[in-house]
Amino acid sequence: MIKTDILIIGAGPTGLFAVFEAGLLKLKCHLIDALPQAGGQCSEIYPKKPIYDIPGFPEVLAGDLVDNLMEQIKSFQPGFTLGERAETIKKLDDGTFVVTTNKGTEHHAPIVAIAGGLGSFEPRKPLLDNLSKFEDNGVAYMIKDPEVYRDKKVVIAGGGDSALDWSIFLSDVASQVTLVHRRNEFRGALDSVEKVQELKNSGKLNLITPAEIIALNGEEKLESVLIRKISDAKEEITLEVDNFIPLFGLSPKLGPIGDWGLEIEKNAIKVDTFDYQTNIQGIYAIGDVNTYPGKLKLILCGFHEATLMCQSAFQKIHPDKKYVMKYTTVGGVSGFDGTKKEAPKAVVKTIE
Amino acid sequence: MTDIKIKIIDREGVLHEIDAPTDMNMNLMEVVRSYELAPEGTIGICGGMAMCASCQCYVVSDTELPEMSDDEEAMLSEAFNVKDNSRLGCQLHITEEMDGLEVELAPEEL
Repeated sequence: MIKTDILIIGAGPTGLFAVFEAGLLKLKCHLIDALPQAGGQCSEIYPKKPIYDIPGFPEVLAGDLVDNLMEQIKSFQPGFTLGERAETIKKLDDGTFVVTTNKGTEHHAPIVAIAGGLGSFEPRKPLLDNLSKFEDNGVAYMIKDPEVYRDKKVVIAGGGDSALDWSIFLSDVASQVTLVHRRNEFRGALDSVEKVQELKNSGKLNLITPAEIIALNGEEKLESVLIRKISDAKEEITLEVDNFIPLFGLSPKLGPIGDWGLEIEKNAIKVDTFDYQTNIQGIYAIGDVNTYPGKLKLILCGFHEATLMCQSAFQKIHPDKKYVMKYTTVGGVSGFDGTKKEAPKAVVKTIE
Repeated sequence: MTDIKIKIIDREGVLHEIDAPTDMNMNLMEVVRSYELAPEGTIGICGGMAMCASCQCYVVSDTELPEMSDDEEAMLSEAFNVKDNSRLGCQLHITEEMDGLEVELAPEEL
């Protein structure tokens, strides 16, 4: 069981900055995120896009902002459970919480801060009738172990980076790879597009465009897919395959957090703006995931909310301790790793 | 003139005739949100970067609209429930030329 002071659900900018503010108060943090990397939407959706309203940064790329935050919180040694989704929460008799992920990892903390943004990112599934029947029977939305596809006939659908990159990778593993996309154009890194072109020319990859998969067939397991060409002729092709991997990106879902007994309004968690606590004592919600009168879904607002949340969390964890806020310029930053950053002392010297 | 008339059919099939400002740097997705014609969190999820299709709509009137950008075309090619008259609301900047536009919001992707 992982133990920490503040368990943060969601490793986007707000969750990451909460680690810093908690660290100043000597509180340790652990973060859970469904994505395999930290940064939330900033890393997953728009890492190369600029943001213009982070105070002090006239322009910063979302990916760089995440890198900076990771650097800023490094000395507070946050723990991470990545690639797992927070599934259930249990309040123990002493008022502390145990949060368990979909993979069974347990986390124990007196304070839970939900910084879940728009929710956890789930694969977008194509609208096909018997899709769920073949899930784990030939259909997968993520490639965890490429060896599963060794010497198999695989069809991949999608037109973005992941569809291109996996088509390239699997062309060396699978016995046959077919890439189906609704357009002739692909949206991906230039190298990947060129590599797919090369593989197509050399016959190592079948490319069917513009086309889409409209039906799945098979008794128990997936045996074939029906592909319809999107052209005037509407030609239909039955392709024998072992595996179908639709890679249509990810979309956020509030998910299991919605069933934790928290007050929900407009797909967000209602909080008290005094300290961003939810209707359950000890559970806070900060950043895009919360709502209150006047709420703005801005990163800079998330930073503010994280800061006030940490003060309240400190009071809960240490009800008897006296504390006044101290400027980092005055107090410096003492990491849990023994490092200390502080303002250089002024030189006192007589001028003769 | 600063306001134009737009007709929007929401996801329940209800028609709304609304005034949309042309001087507020707004797009169609934002207009829909400002009138709360679709619940918060179900539209404009990516904030208007053409990176999700939650603001997809079908253009019903024959209003002339600006050409699609590569981003919009790429996103729509991966979206679901796409029709020939699909557009992303976030990519339609409200201008006077759009007066009389009628659109229907595409169903929410589940």
